[in-house]
Amino acid sequence: MTLAETNQKGRRRSPLFGIAKKTGSTLLTIAVTMLGLLFVTFFIGRVMPVDPVLSIVGERATQEQYHAVFLELGLDKPLITQFFIYLWDVVHGDFGKSLRTGFAVWDDVTRVFPATMELATLGTLLGVFLGVPLGVLAAVKRGTWIDQIARVVALIGYSMPIFWLAILGLMIFYGKLGWVSGPGRVDIFYEDIVPNVTGMILIDSIIAGDWTIFWNAVSHIILPASLLGYYSLAYISRMTRSFMLEQLSEEYITTARVKGMSEWAVVWKHAFGNIKVPLITVIALSYAGLLEGSVLTEIIFSWPGIGKYITISLLSADMNAVMGGTVVVGLVFVLLNIFAELLYKFFDPRAK
Amino acid sequence: MSLSDLQKPGLRAWLLTDTPTSRRHARAASLYQAWLSLKGNHMAMIGLGILVFLVIVAALASVLAPADPFIQDLGLRLTPPIWQADRDPAIPGFILGSDSLGRDILSRLLYGSRITLYIVTLVALMAPIVGLLVGTIAGYTGGWLDIILMRITDIFLAFPRLILALAFVATLGAGIENAVLAISLTAWPPYARIARAETLTIRNSDYIHAVRLQGAGAMRIITKHIWPLCISSLVVRVTLDMAGIILAAAGLGFLGLGAQPPSPEWGAMISEGRRFILDHWWVATMPGLAIFTVSLAFNLLGDGLRDVLDPKDGSQ
Repeated sequence: MTLAETNQKGRRRSPLFGIAKKTGSTLLTIAVTMLGLLFVTFFIGRVMPVDPVLSIVGERATQEQYHAVFLELGLDKPLITQFFIYLWDVVHGDFGKSLRTGFAVWDDVTRVFPATMELATLGTLLGVFLGVPLGVLAAVKRGTWIDQIARVVALIGYSMPIFWLAILGLMIFYGKLGWVSGPGRVDIFYEDIVPNVTGMILIDSIIAGDWTIFWNAVSHIILPASLLGYYSLAYISRMTRSFMLEQLSEEYITTARVKGMSEWAVVWKHAFGNIKVPLITVIALSYAGLLEGSVLTEIIFSWPGIGKYITISLLSADMNAVMGGTVVVGLVFVLLNIFAELLYKFFDPRAK
Repeated sequence: MSLSDLQKPGLRAWLLTDTPTSRRHARAASLYQAWLSLKGNHMAMIGLGILVFLVIVAALASVLAPADPFIQDLGLRLTPPIWQADRDPAIPGFILGSDSLGRDILSRLLYGSRITLYIVTLVALMAPIVGLLVGTIAGYTGGWLDIILMRITDIFLAFPRLILALAFVATLGAGIENAVLAISLTAWPPYARIARAETLTIRNSDYIHAVRLQGAGAMRIITKHIWPLCISSLVVRVTLDMAGIILAAAGLGFLGLGAQPPSPEWGAMISEGRRFILDHWWVATMPGLAIFTVSLAFNLLGDGLRDVLDPKDGSQ
């Protein structure tokens, strides 16, 4: 009731007003969430029982050297001041320097992130192209053996420890059968040959026209991407099935069938047409999940992505790197979430 | 079936009645009917069976285990499982083989089930209760408290879950209790969302207004009239989340941040066996199978429970 009223008011003033208001509140949401994210990461980073000064100067430093670095890092200031200094730096794109690699964290993150994106994108593509048809088929043939198989496939995907599957996959397809290449993105003698344009080796090697490296990279990425793809398939096929079941029980479907439309048109044009928007939301969420959730996969395949970067930094107490990496992943996650929400709002007339 | 009906008609009829005589009677009857429809779901019953088996195994681990899970025998390290052709038939025991320190894998798996149950139970108690508190308070009070609580929930949702858990464990120190804390900290936000959504739909219903007119305060309304109605959707969600919790705990164990050696935690056992995977596949494979079976059982049961308790999006 009140929502409709405000909408009408907005429309009377100007159509742009509503959009501006929506954009404003969305931006505010992002800002507040990011601020919270920064605060939590900062807090964790400072509470860590690791002395950042010691990890810079080493154990043999004199008291003076120690004290100089202590002051340089601003550790003498109150915690809240330190937080605002950190915030100020982050807003200016400065996440500090990684103690482990010696580079600026921002450079490190922009270098490793494309590797994760490459893996997650390929995984999501596999999940969509196999999961959506499987889900639709399971819904149309509800209760038959196809539905049962789809159910079992999804259940296994939900229940399998990914790091275990990755180890077994490596043992079987790399160790025993030799069908795929082992850990890493390319064989070691192909590394750093193609010029770095996008940071994604599949695309870079195509740009460089180097097909040997391209196929080598394919043989490296195929196993981890299939594993991630399987997880996203499990989720996407289940969601597709339940969306489709909902649509197929609607009366307009019966009407279309009574009119004598072909089953193909009923399923794909009418029912599927109506689940596109929620489906895209699901896919966006699953993509975000793969971007953040590939930590264990990256470690096992020694994939030089953000998950591995954060984990190794964490284990070697490199807090600048951990904080920077977490904030960037969080930002991407928030943006994808908001993208999914906006999509819903703009394409589903009922949500307006 | 009909015979047992004849034998004890009293209890069954009492449980299936349409006209309960007391509140306890009504509750027992509705529970019994939920149980009946769950019983009809074979997959859910398989899941339940596996979980009951797990509880029994964990309770009786000291009786069932053929060997001490901590005793090392370096002379018999990496003995293959009993059915492997390359195994020396003279070696006794080691049904599922031995690990790199010559410990009996089967015994370690049996004892490890205790750790898994311990983690799962604690997280299943902590996360939903925190979520329930936050969600119902936010939903019932509304206003700025709602906004603040939900923003905090969103912030925790925006975190990469495993990385947040990793960071917490790294801060607090590795160990089972800290792993439980870390997983709970990352697991509560979805429950808060669900509880809030339920509260919003209940808040303005007539019976809540009626209770309020009778003079009930916010505390009483939330705890006595809103919580009971949130429970069923939370139970479904918890059961479905159990698999994820087991996998997260195993992941932490795998990274060396969960239970510490020599404790037979399944994830840590996989991590130990990883180095020998090419020639001694059983060391890493067996604990993985155990994790898979248990999380599959929780998923099967959760699916069934959703059909029973939450009919609107399960079985249509």
